[in-house]
Amino acid sequence: MSGWFMEARSRLALLALVLLANVLVAPGFLELRLVDGRLFGGIIDILNRGAPVMLLAVGMAPVIATRGIDLSVGAVMAIAGAVAAATVNAGHAWPVAVMAALGTGLACGLWNGVLVTIFRMQPIVATLILMVAGRGIAQMITEGRVLTFTDDGLAGVSSASLLGLPLPVLIALAAAIITGLLVRATALGLFIEAVGTSPRAARLAGVPAPGILIGVYVWSGLMAALAGLIAAADIRGADANNAGLWLELDAILAVVIGGTSLYGGRFSIGLSVLGALILQGMRTCILRSGLPPELNLLLMALVIALVLVVQSPACQPAIARLTARLTRKGTA
Amino acid sequence: MRINARTLPFLATLGVFILLYAVCAIQYPSMLSARVIGNLLTDNAFLGVLAVGMTFVILSGGIDLSVGAVMGFTTVALAVMIEGAGLHPLVSFAIVLVGGAAFGCGVGAAIHWLKAPPFIVTLTAMFLARGAALLLSTDSIPVRHEFYQTLSDLSLSLPGGGRLGLIAMLMLLAFVVGGVLLHFTRAGLRVYALGGNARFAGLMGIDTARTTILVYGVSSTMAALAGIIFSLYTRSGYALTGVGVELDAIAAVVIGGTLLSGGVGGMAGSLIGVLIQGLILTWITFDGSLSSWWTKIAIGMLLFIFIGLQRLILQFSAPTGRTG
Repeated sequence: MSGWFMEARSRLALLALVLLANVLVAPGFLELRLVDGRLFGGIIDILNRGAPVMLLAVGMAPVIATRGIDLSVGAVMAIAGAVAAATVNAGHAWPVAVMAALGTGLACGLWNGVLVTIFRMQPIVATLILMVAGRGIAQMITEGRVLTFTDDGLAGVSSASLLGLPLPVLIALAAAIITGLLVRATALGLFIEAVGTSPRAARLAGVPAPGILIGVYVWSGLMAALAGLIAAADIRGADANNAGLWLELDAILAVVIGGTSLYGGRFSIGLSVLGALILQGMRTCILRSGLPPELNLLLMALVIALVLVVQSPACQPAIARLTARLTRKGTA
Repeated sequence: MRINARTLPFLATLGVFILLYAVCAIQYPSMLSARVIGNLLTDNAFLGVLAVGMTFVILSGGIDLSVGAVMGFTTVALAVMIEGAGLHPLVSFAIVLVGGAAFGCGVGAAIHWLKAPPFIVTLTAMFLARGAALLLSTDSIPVRHEFYQTLSDLSLSLPGGGRLGLIAMLMLLAFVVGGVLLHFTRAGLRVYALGGNARFAGLMGIDTARTTILVYGVSSTMAALAGIIFSLYTRSGYALTGVGVELDAIAAVVIGGTLLSGGVGGMAGSLIGVLIQGLILTWITFDGSLSSWWTKIAIGMLLFIFIGLQRLILQFSAPTGRTG
């Protein structure tokens, strides 16, 4: 746990910096108010708006740890939202719609997993197929319109609250905790990292690599479906064109900021969630400061560039020397 | 051309294209007219130019997600320079081409020296270019310079009433120059070597730094050229031009028989890949009752079929006795 905290330190510092920037541009950012049994405030806002990317990052981190990538999550969000909206509009109850959406996510994940594992396609290609075709499928379901619905139960996925917290926040946190327990309280996380480090060595060591690979893509599809439900409930409609558009990139960035290498191996669910919150904090900050929102893209580019430089093998020795000197000074 | 595992994907693509065209022509005989063919080339000119650059990148074992954003930035930069600063279009064209090349070289250098995956570096470049374009202007800026009119009047008449416009000619020229550079020069050979196995390429004495920088430089230059073409095509500059077009370019290259793992493929296939996508779009337009989302589904299915085909070919052509 202390090792995790050492790793988390730099990300927590970054998050604190982003929150500080938020406080500077909007005094009263840290205030929490309880209205009608639900908390409101800047922090809650970041958690709430960041929930979809948090979910996607939770699904994406294990995929990236197997040296894979899932480009289809944005499209899966759109399909899941469309399926949910179409189901309630067909007169079914909202739990049926939620189940249908989650089932769709599972099916999409299974498709990706089978392509990667059985057809042995490169993950970037395998998931590119669903990324391209997925929005088409979602548009087919919504018949090219924004499919609105009036079912309060389904809309509640986004607007309801429990214990003062908005439901999307609880869903994202629950997903992160369950995933974290699944991979760290069992040997599953180790297996995932083994497959990512060397698929051959993992197989020789008796790790059921195909099952693990299919599993991580199915999990990613499921998380994307949850995010899609939240996005659809948010606007009380399924927008096949814009739901989850480019969120796959946000999710990948969140995971990268969380220190997971795109070359597979070590990963952390908690740090990936922190990464998602840092991204959302930046976005909120720019929005509140009144600066042009276009700056967000430049800032995001800057942050990734920074992470890449720090993580690059060329810079590692210099950083190690620097930290060694700093700690020596600290203890002396 | 000998038929082997390397040329088979290209031949399969060519077969699909001819078959598709035959089906279209039987259903709508006017599809064979020179006018439709001319439009097919003109409407997909920007995509073709992007595919030329993407072919280099994918053959080298990389990927470039920034091309759509670079194209968008180019259209805005051209509009700002021509309409705002009053520069002559030709001068502006030269500036954006040089700027595109420099940007791409920077991306290539970052990939090589930071040892970072091309995916994430070009993603950063995409954010950078798109953000910069939006900062220049969030509105669509019309370009009214009379030189644009002169350029769009330049065309070759095709027999049968069609015409081959300047931008279609530019695309075909890009394919010819790209093809020659890739298939008949040492630099092209180095791209294949890098994509085959970067480590072996380095051990054989190939300057991998120079090759990586060249590959991404070519890709961004082509993206800038695509921006010029799009600017001429729409006579305006808009920061959100070409969102997602990098995926179409990648799909065209893959459908054209180039392996995404690098090292195998060629330039001619990419042209066919672009034309197949254009043909599907034209067919949907002719049909009139089908919605545009079928394009996406059809391209997804084609991608699936072609990649599956490539896997099968690789599986059967693998030397026997090797344990995989």
